[in-house]
Amino acid sequence: MAKPIELEVNGKRYPVNYPPDTPLLYVLRDELGLTGSKYGCGEGQCGACTVLIGGAPRRSCQIPVSAAAAKPVTTIEGLEKDGRLNAVQQAFLDAGAFQCAYCTSGMIMSSVGLLQANPNPSQVQIIQFLQGNVCRCGTHPRIIEAVRQAAKMMQEHGR
Amino acid sequence: MSGVTDKFAFEPERYEFRADPIHQFELARRDFFKLLGAGIAVFAIAKDALGAQETAPGHRSFHNEELPKDISAWLHVGEDGTVTGFTGKAEIGQNIRTALAQTIADELRVPFESVRMVTADTALTPFDAGTFGSRTTSTITPQLRRVSAAARDILVEAAAKEWNVAPEGLIAAGAKVTDPASGHSLKYAELARGKTLAQNLPAEDPITPAAQWTIAGKPIPKVDGRSFVTGHHQYTTDIRFPGMLYGKVLRPPSFGATLTACDDSTLKAMTGVVVVRDGDFVGVAAPSAHEAQTALDAIHAQWKEVPQISNKEIFSYLKQNAAAKSEDRFRKQKGSVEEGLAGAAHRLDATYTVAYVAHAPLEPRAAVAQWTDGKLTVWTGTQRPFANRDELADVFHLPESSVRVIVPDTGSAYGGKHTSDAAVEAARLSRAAGRPVKVVWTREEEFTWAYFRPAGVIEIKSGAASDGTLTAWEFHNYHSGMSGIETPYVVANQRTEYHPVPLILRSGSYRGLAATANHFARETHMDALASAARLDSLDFRMKNLSDARMRAVLEAAAKSFGWPRKKTQKGQGFGLACGDEKGSYVATFAEVAVDRKSDAVRVVRMVEAFECGAIVNPDGLHNQVVGAMIQGLGGALFEAIEFESGRIKNPHFASYRVPRFRDVPEIEAILLDRKDLPSAGAGETPIMAVAPAIGNAIFHATGVRLNNLPMAPNGLRPA
Repeated sequence: MAKPIELEVNGKRYPVNYPPDTPLLYVLRDELGLTGSKYGCGEGQCGACTVLIGGAPRRSCQIPVSAAAAKPVTTIEGLEKDGRLNAVQQAFLDAGAFQCAYCTSGMIMSSVGLLQANPNPSQVQIIQFLQGNVCRCGTHPRIIEAVRQAAKMMQEHGR
Repeated sequence: MSGVTDKFAFEPERYEFRADPIHQFELARRDFFKLLGAGIAVFAIAKDALGAQETAPGHRSFHNEELPKDISAWLHVGEDGTVTGFTGKAEIGQNIRTALAQTIADELRVPFESVRMVTADTALTPFDAGTFGSRTTSTITPQLRRVSAAARDILVEAAAKEWNVAPEGLIAAGAKVTDPASGHSLKYAELARGKTLAQNLPAEDPITPAAQWTIAGKPIPKVDGRSFVTGHHQYTTDIRFPGMLYGKVLRPPSFGATLTACDDSTLKAMTGVVVVRDGDFVGVAAPSAHEAQTALDAIHAQWKEVPQISNKEIFSYLKQNAAAKSEDRFRKQKGSVEEGLAGAAHRLDATYTVAYVAHAPLEPRAAVAQWTDGKLTVWTGTQRPFANRDELADVFHLPESSVRVIVPDTGSAYGGKHTSDAAVEAARLSRAAGRPVKVVWTREEEFTWAYFRPAGVIEIKSGAASDGTLTAWEFHNYHSGMSGIETPYVVANQRTEYHPVPLILRSGSYRGLAATANHFARETHMDALASAARLDSLDFRMKNLSDARMRAVLEAAAKSFGWPRKKTQKGQGFGLACGDEKGSYVATFAEVAVDRKSDAVRVVRMVEAFECGAIVNPDGLHNQVVGAMIQGLGGALFEAIEFESGRIKNPHFASYRVPRFRDVPEIEAILLDRKDLPSAGAGETPIMAVAPAIGNAIFHATGVRLNNLPMAPNGLRPA
């Protein structure tokens, strides 16, 4: 049965009425219109739906909406501040680190989560961290390069 | 569906082109197309071109490849100076939106930023057979250059008229026409104001040679990149309308199962749920995806299943069920293979197999359908919007003019999004619901109910003289297809044959089609033959190659890779392969590391040289080449669809392994820019030589020759 739940997404509060076990992804996309988080598998195996929950990257297709209620949620739409891209977004853009770009939101959110926990990851650590994100177009080398550039940018400019 | 195969101009392994729509609704089937085909003009095309395209027999007249020549359909110069290019091609991640805009800007002499592309919308863009076969660059690029050159001429003439001077001395550059004699200049925007551009396009306009390109040929970033990194781009799956319902379709438990009983009585209690039963089609639409799934789960259906073979028996089945004698068009022969073999110092006879693989695009098949006053609009991620329109018109008994298909830039396809499955489903549900309906296939549906790259068996017999000169080559492909079937090597005696077999699993196009299978077999075999003749793999190939473009890619890749290389550690191996297809050339070199304890195979490094004539956008091309190399690695080592009793056994990313970050080696892509040659497509050829290069490196590392794709699903250990 549907229950009233309050979500905090990208700094805004949203009262929603959903069965508590509904995956967060569907509420974000279908109710809040935040379609930047993608459905790729619904099984937590591709990473296209990755969002930050309390600052940590999570597969939103595997998180019941009720479990997301207590913590701030950040989606890809919440990264841009005053028309200025987040360092990771900028680095993906600069590196041309996407082709069809369907995986890009998830890749960026995972990378933002990585860099928050580890501002200066090694190549091996980046690979390890992004192992759960599928890019079927095969843009992996540029994605790794983008994350390295973003780390550099953040250290140089404190972005 | 007759009338198609007789004029079939595409590769035989594009099975899905000839397949019926997956749902046939029980309505009277009337063919409106003969009546209305020639009269439909949702976009302006010159009469002759329209006639050539739309009056061909059968509504799926995709054998006619003539492109419309009307300038207004392809290009528009607005009164504000905005230039709009129209193409029926779809953007699926291959970056044509950017590359085609560059082409127009270059030829029309306008800033890149002033050009926008309208793509793949059956109401707005010219007819197009589809985005496949690496043909956008080879066919649409010159077409857009011709229309741009013609538009430029018209603007120059308009300026000449304005100033009452001869057009010859005027210069078109920087979005304006200038008269160097008088110093006068007029912007294109000013010249376009209140005018209509001429209709007819000369077939042979002089166009700018690649050496003089200023905007094309440059690594311009993806035109709308920002909308992708911010999550704002709307894929089909992201589209929402007020009052839209979410659709789900009841799938049979196995392929070919027929519905014998269906109880949906419990759904009556669910508010807002629409149920459609039409023949074997059972679907629901509900206000949320969750409710749609709940409704679907509440349906009790019974099915009659049919026995089917499994992937374990597939290869013997293909051999046994091939036609005894194939058609002439599938066979080619020269000299005498028997004589060539008799005189050979080295002879080799080997069989190769390739498994079914899935495209697994990250955006699954999806569609949003909306009916307004009996007319249907569908947004869907397809590579063939016009074929989708025709299928929808067919299924719903509508004139083509009543169906519009719009393709948002799509979450990839790789040859997998040619059919209209999700579009038909969404449209059927929407018609019943009287509201827009979105259908998004689940990952499991995508892995199960889409189509696959066909499995195949390839047999090769060959012979070489003691000095390594090829003397005989016999090549048989069972089922997988004809693309890349002909050897690029010089052999006096050869026989090549493709043997069709009736479909087992729903099959069709895939990036590179059968060229990947045929190159795997041929290049693995060539390597084995080199080794039998005790010759270096590269020397042996060079000895038997006369094509300068093929030699050039081999030389370029060999130099960067450092061929020949000596092993410096245990389990290390180096291999190479090459090929040409669809006007482009590729050579791939691989280094592998095989762990002798665990038998794990790791690709350490790949170097690939690729040449596709004059490069339109080296940045986009680099992405396509590297992407094909990584995708090729998956099919080479571990991708395979497993099936039994009409069920896919691994319909998830957890069980169908695609390349992930840890699988990706150090990669170098060398792009040879041949400004003296026409631009060819690049989406497919770069995948072809990856598997044999890796396999040959594994042989070099271990002495084990792997003839079956995938080569190492469990490392080198048997399953």
